[in-house]
Amino acid sequence: MLHFERWKIIAIILTCLTGLLFAIPNFVSKETLQSWPDFLPKRQMPLGLDLRGGAHLLLAMDQNEIRKDWLQGLQDDARRTLREAKIGFSGIGIQDNSVRVTLVKPEEGDRAFSELKKISQSIGNALLGTAGMDVDVTRSGDNQFVIKPTEQGFNERLSHAASASIETINRRVNALGTAESTIVRQGLDRILVQYPGLSDTRQLKELIGQTAKLSFHAVHPTASPEEARATRVPLGYKIYESMERAEAGGQGEYVLQESAVVLGEDLEDAQPGFDQRTNEPIISFRFNTSGARKFGNFTKNNVGRPFAIVLDDKVISAPVIREAILGGSGQISGNFTVESANNLAIQLRSGALPAKLTVVEERTVGPSLGADSIESGKIAGIVGLAATAIMTIVAYGTFGVYAVIGLMVHGLLILALMSAIGTTLTLPGIAGFVLTIAMAVDANVLIYERIREELRAGKTAIAAIDAGFQKAFITILDSQLTTLVAALIMFWLGSGPIRGFAVTLSLGIMTSVFAAITITRLLVAMWLKNAKSSKTRTLQVPI
Amino acid sequence: MFLVPDFKGFDFFPHGTRLNFMKFKNLCFGLSILAMVVSLALIFTKGFNFGVDFKGGAMIELKAKQGDADLAGLRSKIGALGLGDVQIQSFGTPSDVLIRVEEQPGGEEAQQEALKKIQDVVGDGYEQRRVEIVGPAVSSELRRTGTIAVIASLIAIMLYVWFRFEWQFAVGTLVALAHDVLVTAGIFSLFQMEFDLSIVAALLTILGYSVNDTVVVSDRIRENLRKYKRMDLTELLNLSINETLSRTILTGVTTVAVLVALFFLGGAVIQNFVFAMLFGVLIGTYSSIFIGAPILEYLGVKRDTVVGSEAKASS
Repeated sequence: MLHFERWKIIAIILTCLTGLLFAIPNFVSKETLQSWPDFLPKRQMPLGLDLRGGAHLLLAMDQNEIRKDWLQGLQDDARRTLREAKIGFSGIGIQDNSVRVTLVKPEEGDRAFSELKKISQSIGNALLGTAGMDVDVTRSGDNQFVIKPTEQGFNERLSHAASASIETINRRVNALGTAESTIVRQGLDRILVQYPGLSDTRQLKELIGQTAKLSFHAVHPTASPEEARATRVPLGYKIYESMERAEAGGQGEYVLQESAVVLGEDLEDAQPGFDQRTNEPIISFRFNTSGARKFGNFTKNNVGRPFAIVLDDKVISAPVIREAILGGSGQISGNFTVESANNLAIQLRSGALPAKLTVVEERTVGPSLGADSIESGKIAGIVGLAATAIMTIVAYGTFGVYAVIGLMVHGLLILALMSAIGTTLTLPGIAGFVLTIAMAVDANVLIYERIREELRAGKTAIAAIDAGFQKAFITILDSQLTTLVAALIMFWLGSGPIRGFAVTLSLGIMTSVFAAITITRLLVAMWLKNAKSSKTRTLQVPI
Repeated sequence: MFLVPDFKGFDFFPHGTRLNFMKFKNLCFGLSILAMVVSLALIFTKGFNFGVDFKGGAMIELKAKQGDADLAGLRSKIGALGLGDVQIQSFGTPSDVLIRVEEQPGGEEAQQEALKKIQDVVGDGYEQRRVEIVGPAVSSELRRTGTIAVIASLIAIMLYVWFRFEWQFAVGTLVALAHDVLVTAGIFSLFQMEFDLSIVAALLTILGYSVNDTVVVSDRIRENLRKYKRMDLTELLNLSINETLSRTILTGVTTVAVLVALFFLGGAVIQNFVFAMLFGVLIGTYSSIFIGAPILEYLGVKRDTVVGSEAKASS
């Protein structure tokens, strides 16, 4: 155990130097790093939100809404398909998470079945064995059909909705500032937003909390909501609530055509501004070419009648069309504050979310608390390290000094590994790091106690040292591997801060074993070589 | 000499001790079983003071921008909002306040609304240092994964020990570990200290530390079983504990020293977490000496199988 070949010594020294190289960037400022040549590693250990301050929001997509929207779309598809094929149907509706169709003539059943089957699309990957259809079309009886989304199809929908949401959130969040936010999907229906440096999340939540589906609708020329409710809502129309009523219990309902004249997707731009006469906050918008044409035609044909601007199924306002709006631009007014107009403009510019997002978890740390945590972590780390070093040296003399050198290499290697891999340092991570210092000493304690024992048993210095390293090695392996098992499970199951702790603990276990069984052993071996060549007759082990 | 002049370390511990640990085994078993029963009873009757991670709800840490925090003022303002059980206490320094609000009925959005209301009444006199809101869905998930994590670790460690040693060692280790986790959890229940996700991490670390300790002793027992073929088992267990005593104590003392440094200097945020570890390290050290090893006497270790398995393992 005490003989080192030259190449091994070189490898160990190289490992330490590489570690040093990767660890150094953490000790200098970002500005200094800029001026370093490119071939040097410049990566600093990224700090977790709990240390640098920032917001962590976990959002959940509304699965029901996504399912409902999809079924609505499927119903429209089925209706259109049958109409195009000139097949008459007497009923179509949504029931039990599926679309049900009833035909007029049972003899058209076969043709209808083959037409309706075209709605279903293949998804997944045949090579991976995940191929399937997004909806199942089944025939129940001669003239009845059921179109039912498959589990796989729905999951695919969720994935699409998640990536669309992530894009939209990204655009909205970017409007807030230039910080590097991370937006990733988590699990089936969750999206994690991390925004460093932000401690008041009110605006952020307002921005991403609204679907912002905008649409322009025709108002029914005669029917009032009360009338419609009392008798029946005219075909193709629906009663919508106004925004004021929804928010403050004010008055107002409208009977609007259900299919929109123009949708928010046709918006090219939206900017907050002020009305020139009333000085109220407004949003001015511009349509793209197709939107402008549709809006132009509609306003030309409906001068003198009201139309409604609807946001997320609520009417913002219903102005009367004074003249045809052909230029494709206009403005929305309606009880906005400067802030809400600004937010809505951002939301409209970045497009609608596929479904409503709810915040299911929020963790925010202010920058000052983060800075305090770093400071106290540093102090605790230094004190802990110093206490450990002093105890080790007092207990084991010269060999204790070697152990402390090994300890320092261990600290350096953890820093280097974390910087190189880019693992985030969190507050529990610092605690984990400090803890590994204590546990790193354990390996040395095991070895040195063993050496003492062997010396007491009457072995010669060389034999005792050799036996100490050899016999303690298996114990070290057993004890550290079991700790590693616990750390890995923590990593596997944990989230956020716990993960940070698990990562530092796992890396720390590995580097501490390396430090104890190579660095310290190498130093002890070199001491031995030195001592043997010196003139002293009997070898006294300084332990 | 090499690098530094030769000097001897100070050997703290008397060697060749033959403290009769096994003599206390009945007392210790009794005490530990009592502690475990009491812990279980506490957990089932008093329960835990779960933090927002597991219980859901909101936690807000504020710092007064000038002077001390006005606790009474905050209490009356926030109390008037009718948010159910609200705790307002100072945290660390007099200018820091910690506000805890129980989970609001009405799903995920209700939690956010409670936060908004509080932010509105607190006003500009305070800096918002930390906000944690966990909705009902996430809190139940965290409870589940937390429990799975602890149980999965226990099983994984037991399997490892079983693989490397004999089943008796695995059982001994498992009992010692379950004891450590249970009693630590019991302490949290007894003093109603906040139990959150970080405490689960602490429990897992305690598992790691305690198994480390137990394995070191087990390793020595295995070695001695081979070395002293005729020694009485009780005597052999005692000898093994004595031989590893200096290591057990020295490592324990270093770890405790580091944790004490973290406890006093690491900041209020991680104080509970460090406390759990501190307590766990102490109890883990105790259990590996007084529970993990003596239990082998009850279970009985067969010498021949131990020798055989060692030969296999080293070949």
